[in-house]
Amino acid sequence: MKWTRRDILKGLGGLPILGTVWWAGTANALIKSKDRSEILEQLKIEPSLPTALPEIGGEPIRIGIIGFGIRGEQLCRALGFATKEWIELMKEEERLSGNTQLQEFLDQEKLNLKITGVCDIFDIRAENVIASFSTPDNKVKRYGTHQEMIRSGEVDAVIIATPDHWHAPMAIDALENGIHVYVEKPMTHTIEETYRLREAAKNSNAHLMVGHQHRQTLSFKTASDIIDKKVLGHVSVVQTFTNRNDDNGAWNYDIHEKASEQTIDWDLFLGSAPKIPFNKNHFFRWRKWWAYGSGLSGDLLTHDYDRLNCVLNMGIPKYITASGGIYTHNDGRNVPDVLQVNMDFPDFSTGSSQVKGKEKGMTFTYNATLGNGYNRPTILMGHDASMELGNNLTIWPDGGSTKYAEMIEEGMMKPNVPIYHYNPGANVPDAVSSATSQYFADKGLMWTYIDGVRVNSTYLHLREWLSAIKNGGTLSCGIKEGFDEAITAHMTGLAYKLGRRIEWDHLEEKIIPIEGIDFDEILLGST
Amino acid sequence: MTDVIKKESLLKSVVFLRILIGWHFLYEGVIKLFNPDWTAFGYLATAQGPFKSVFIALTNEATMGWVDTLNTLVLIFVGVTLILGIFEKWGAIAGIGLLALYYFAHPPFPWLEQQNVEGSYWFVNKNLIEIAALWILAQLPTGHYFGLQYLFKKEPKTIKTPQS
Repeated sequence: MKWTRRDILKGLGGLPILGTVWWAGTANALIKSKDRSEILEQLKIEPSLPTALPEIGGEPIRIGIIGFGIRGEQLCRALGFATKEWIELMKEEERLSGNTQLQEFLDQEKLNLKITGVCDIFDIRAENVIASFSTPDNKVKRYGTHQEMIRSGEVDAVIIATPDHWHAPMAIDALENGIHVYVEKPMTHTIEETYRLREAAKNSNAHLMVGHQHRQTLSFKTASDIIDKKVLGHVSVVQTFTNRNDDNGAWNYDIHEKASEQTIDWDLFLGSAPKIPFNKNHFFRWRKWWAYGSGLSGDLLTHDYDRLNCVLNMGIPKYITASGGIYTHNDGRNVPDVLQVNMDFPDFSTGSSQVKGKEKGMTFTYNATLGNGYNRPTILMGHDASMELGNNLTIWPDGGSTKYAEMIEEGMMKPNVPIYHYNPGANVPDAVSSATSQYFADKGLMWTYIDGVRVNSTYLHLREWLSAIKNGGTLSCGIKEGFDEAITAHMTGLAYKLGRRIEWDHLEEKIIPIEGIDFDEILLGST
Repeated sequence: MTDVIKKESLLKSVVFLRILIGWHFLYEGVIKLFNPDWTAFGYLATAQGPFKSVFIALTNEATMGWVDTLNTLVLIFVGVTLILGIFEKWGAIAGIGLLALYYFAHPPFPWLEQQNVEGSYWFVNKNLIEIAALWILAQLPTGHYFGLQYLFKKEPKTIKTPQS
């Protein structure tokens, strides 16, 4: 067959187009990939992979639950125990809205434990645990007090998910009796008991874990590496936020219809708190009063503080000032619902790319409102780059950076384009992120991932604790981290209540006294 | 089939459309082929709408790699067939399938939050329009007029000149 020029033109005309597009695609992809590898090489960040834990072997660990309220129930689910009501509710939600929580719960790997005891001063909740978690060969036993449970010889470990004023007394008692403890945050309610709990933990062979489960989030572990590699340069400001705007977020939880003086052991609830008549509002919404809770500083600031302490390891701030008030929920509460906290670390540095001695010191701010839900991300602001930290993390180079000046000059880096994006759900880290992945980073998918599978971080935190109980090992949120968190929360509470700057003495490891003021009395006071 | 195309100008415009769509697919495919870090994970994990659970199911460890590879290969297949003008009907159908997946992963339905869109859409977006264009291409092959098919024609003279 002989082809004419016309045949060639009309028959093969597509080939040069194909070639051109192919060449352009290849060239662009390779240029991007080259830029990316050069940047990655410069940054040397090692994305974190999940740590493997030794098996929790042998006899199942016997767990006692102290407090089966909202958080207690969540912790039990993370342990692999859900109430019948919750399962029914989730089935209904799955049907109505495709909610996948039940499936995720069922997919969760089983931990080698059994729940053998429960303490809850509200009969309905205690009975719910017994009815839901008992098996033919393991009937969950109810104890009237934590002391009875701890001394029963039938629990190896306890989970404390009570109001704050009960955390330390229970944790100390358990540790002194060799019972392992998982205690919710904040670790303590007063300064004095923070030191006592530290002593108890040091003197006990039992393991204490504080419930800051976000320490399991892979992006935070990667963020630690980023700080170690001095990618951000000297971080002078860290901004953290709480943004909530609903009843649940403002601690106005549901009041159970069967709550009464007959079903609730009110005196036991009060414990060391001022004696007042039975009050359902106080029982179910205890987070709103200093007598049992610690408001934004103990409840939510602690999350943000510990997140950053996990990444930066900056310890207790030297100075704290705080302001705020009851501006959005004037409903009888005495803890603030708007809070601004400034923590100063004048001697702290994440490393400097400039002349020695020019950069030192950092301010950490926390700004919270329970009257607005606009999401503001956590940002670490360094001389060389800024990092947004969530479940994903993203780094932008700074226009005035010393470290990246050359790369910015050459156009390889642009201040508005991220140079690193870590999404533990994706296969690999993505440097020079596209607008799309940037967007997904902003959305912050709400899970952490192990090998691409969504995992509940509370489950991981509990698993780490259980593994340490069986096999030993250090905990990611033990007494040191808990001590830092609790002291910082209490200093913040004092700064807010006194309207004064509170100072920490690092050498003496104590809050510098203010004449004529009893700090714990102030913390527990209603105003 | 070719009887439909009586006017040469129509034939040319369909070829033009075919090349443009082929170009669009091929470039997307090649970019992904040479970027080993690329993954549709984020796109699928944030899927919305009636088939949300199906798309999320695709993100699991066992399937994600296959999904990424298939997506790239289909993009390139569509691009190559449309640009070269051979098996273009199959290219168009594959393209419709792929675009339908994109459309339903993030459908522009008013009751869903529109994620990462550069314009304003109400049920109809560019994916849907490209689907419609591919539907036309599937019915009006033009490879015999401009494309490899031209070389394989048995009787070129009889079809290519429009009857007036």
